[in-house]
Amino acid sequence: MHDAPQDVLVEAYPEEEFWQDLLKVTGGLTNEEMARLAIRHSATCRPWMYKHGVRFQPSLSGALHTARTNAFFMGGGKALINAYFRSAQALGIAIDYDCTVVDLEVKDGQFQAAKAIHQLPDGSQREERIQAKSCVLACGGFESNLEKLKAAWGQNEWGEWTAENFLVRGTRYNHGVLIDVLRDLGADMIGDATQAHMVAIDARAPLYDGGICTRIDCVSLGVVVNKLAKRFYDEGEDFWPKRYAIWGRLVALQPGQIAYSITDAKAVGRFMPPVFDGTVCNTLEELAATLGLDTHTFMQTLNEYNQACQVGHFDHTALDDCHTEGITPVKSHWALPINTPPFYAYPVKPGITFTYLGLKTDKTTAVHFAGRASQNLFVAGEMMSGNVLGKGYTAGVGMTIGTAFGRIAGTSAALSVKSQTGQHRGPEIDNPSLSKEEHASA
Amino acid sequence: MQVLEQLVKEAQDLSRPSLVLADSEREVARQLQICNACRYCESFCAVFPAMTRRLSFAQNDIHYMANLCHNCGSCLHACQYAEPHDFAVNIPRSMAQVRVKTYETYAWPAFMGATYAKNGLWVALCLFASLALFISLLLPSPTQEAGNFYGLMSHNTMVSWFAPVFLFDVLALGIGVYRFMSKITPATSGAAVTTPAALEATHNIMSLKYLDGGHHEGCNNEDDAFTLWRQRMHHFTFYGFLLCFASTSVATLYHYFLGEQAPYAWGTLPKVLGVVGGLSLLVGTLGLGWLNLKRHPWHGDLKQKPMDLGFIALLALCAGTGLLLWLSHGTSFLPVMLATHLASIMALFLTLPYGKFAHGIYRSAALIRFSVEKRQPTGLVLKED
Repeated sequence: MHDAPQDVLVEAYPEEEFWQDLLKVTGGLTNEEMARLAIRHSATCRPWMYKHGVRFQPSLSGALHTARTNAFFMGGGKALINAYFRSAQALGIAIDYDCTVVDLEVKDGQFQAAKAIHQLPDGSQREERIQAKSCVLACGGFESNLEKLKAAWGQNEWGEWTAENFLVRGTRYNHGVLIDVLRDLGADMIGDATQAHMVAIDARAPLYDGGICTRIDCVSLGVVVNKLAKRFYDEGEDFWPKRYAIWGRLVALQPGQIAYSITDAKAVGRFMPPVFDGTVCNTLEELAATLGLDTHTFMQTLNEYNQACQVGHFDHTALDDCHTEGITPVKSHWALPINTPPFYAYPVKPGITFTYLGLKTDKTTAVHFAGRASQNLFVAGEMMSGNVLGKGYTAGVGMTIGTAFGRIAGTSAALSVKSQTGQHRGPEIDNPSLSKEEHASA
Repeated sequence: MQVLEQLVKEAQDLSRPSLVLADSEREVARQLQICNACRYCESFCAVFPAMTRRLSFAQNDIHYMANLCHNCGSCLHACQYAEPHDFAVNIPRSMAQVRVKTYETYAWPAFMGATYAKNGLWVALCLFASLALFISLLLPSPTQEAGNFYGLMSHNTMVSWFAPVFLFDVLALGIGVYRFMSKITPATSGAAVTTPAALEATHNIMSLKYLDGGHHEGCNNEDDAFTLWRQRMHHFTFYGFLLCFASTSVATLYHYFLGEQAPYAWGTLPKVLGVVGGLSLLVGTLGLGWLNLKRHPWHGDLKQKPMDLGFIALLALCAGTGLLLWLSHGTSFLPVMLATHLASIMALFLTLPYGKFAHGIYRSAALIRFSVEKRQPTGLVLKED
């Protein structure tokens, strides 16, 4: 959020608007105190990020309606991570690579030690017990673990294992090992295992790490049909940055977990070019046949849609007045008949970014056991995103949660160490330093 | 019959070079399609803003963008699609591979483009030939007039050796860049150069803007840390080179219009320009050479290291021998220093149109077109009005 233009951000994105956006996408499945904490933090965290080497750039060309709400990392997420790691190294922090934490020792809700496995260059493994006065867990969700996703999503009405068709947008390493460990240790959990940030991405993306480039941004410029060649949702409900995150789940609920974004020549040049070439045909019949869809149903769907279009003044940069009448689902905006060859199709599948099931926590980010806050075990990032996101997503909120609660968890951990060495009071008490941190975010 | 058809097709393809991409060009097009769907590197340099104006990449677009790329490395270190990712995106490398092909393609006369295939060897041969020439011309002569190198070789003789080569360089590079411009101008809107565009391009060239990483903290060299040293060392080199050139030009004016002959006394304009320029060029080239040797192996095309280092070494040699020549006045080292200095300059002149020097000319041309193109409407409707 920002109340006035801030370097790369234009106009204002006030706290209340951000909160209302979040409330809308989560359908109320959020915690107002935690959400507002993250929102306020986003107004002030950027100088700190800058200090640690992160650079920002204006909204990317072709990213509609984000110049006001989203500050983009220059170079993207890997550049951000490079900067943080470089900064950590400069502070003298040791970083172990090829090392997995597989277990935790927790006694009476207090962290004792972590068990880590090092993968050595010769292929062997070395086990290490890492003792510490406090610990911050930031291990991601379980989005890379297709077995767990399969179990969570189960079988659908057609007997399909829904998650078998998921693609993982990011790392292959987030298996949710420590989420399971902590649940078994009796930590308080939050969230639904099927809830996640899910985007409809190009079905031809690699299973892991397809990242941002596999996005398909032409949904609102055409129609989307499932493998039965039928439309299933309002493609023009709202601006794409406010809607892209619901389409992953929408496609996940379709038979075969696949859908096709259909556009015509009018859409070319009006959206971010996709990473893979689309299927291009000169007639809609040919397009349906090439995609392996039932031509009759497909033509019926498209003809009905085309006839239902009430064309007004098309403007894909505004919520225009082009809409449909008399069909279900409706298309609320940008409804132009798909009638100008060549016709394009892009196959989409659910792309999972990160899962929301995780550890219940409070504004200190302490892990809780039966409602009691741990004095020295904290959690940040995807592992606790469910405290803010019960479902849904709004562009950039993942990074907001990661940054805000990452910093708070670090502060809490440092205060915990201080209190253990007798220099300070515990973090669960209304600690002056922590309040200052929150105050700085306000 | 199939073989025949294939041969006919190949012949047809060859006759339409702009429609058929070479492997290196296809690789750039493949990678840019990934980049164009991501766009997170947009603020680093000119390449990505040029990319977002396009939905596909034809040969002339690729030639243009390859020369916009400064091989700064920022996008490589930021890229989530760089190796070990299967997409194996490495824009600095793929652009470098095309870039050298553009020098080859547009070189005049065309057969001289072949010198880019083994450029280190070519530079070494030119240096060897020049040394042989000037040693044979200078060293056997008596050295009574130590302190005055025109006693060793008259001004007119020097001019008769260097002027034709230099004028040829201007012609060859001029024709090369003209051919390049003819190709990329239609691909960059075709619009004429305006004063604001020319001023902006001049600023971008003279300040080496696109080695600043977009955040003014510099580009990458051996790792993902930003450094301004590449930009600084290039400035030492470039401005040192210009000062040396200015020194020679001023000296020529002194010679013909003031009747004052070299060597010039300390404090005179040619001497000050020459010494300051020579020192700057020496510092710059040693710095660039050091940075080049430490450069991350994924930056650019390793096969071009001999060309890069050959050019850097030759410039360093010109600067170093020039300074030593000045210091050797009045000593018995004068003839040998004069021979090596003139030989270095001659080798530099011989290789100017067929070596790394071309990068400055082609990149400047691309930057001018960039400043023109960015002022034209895109035809794409990707942004809010």
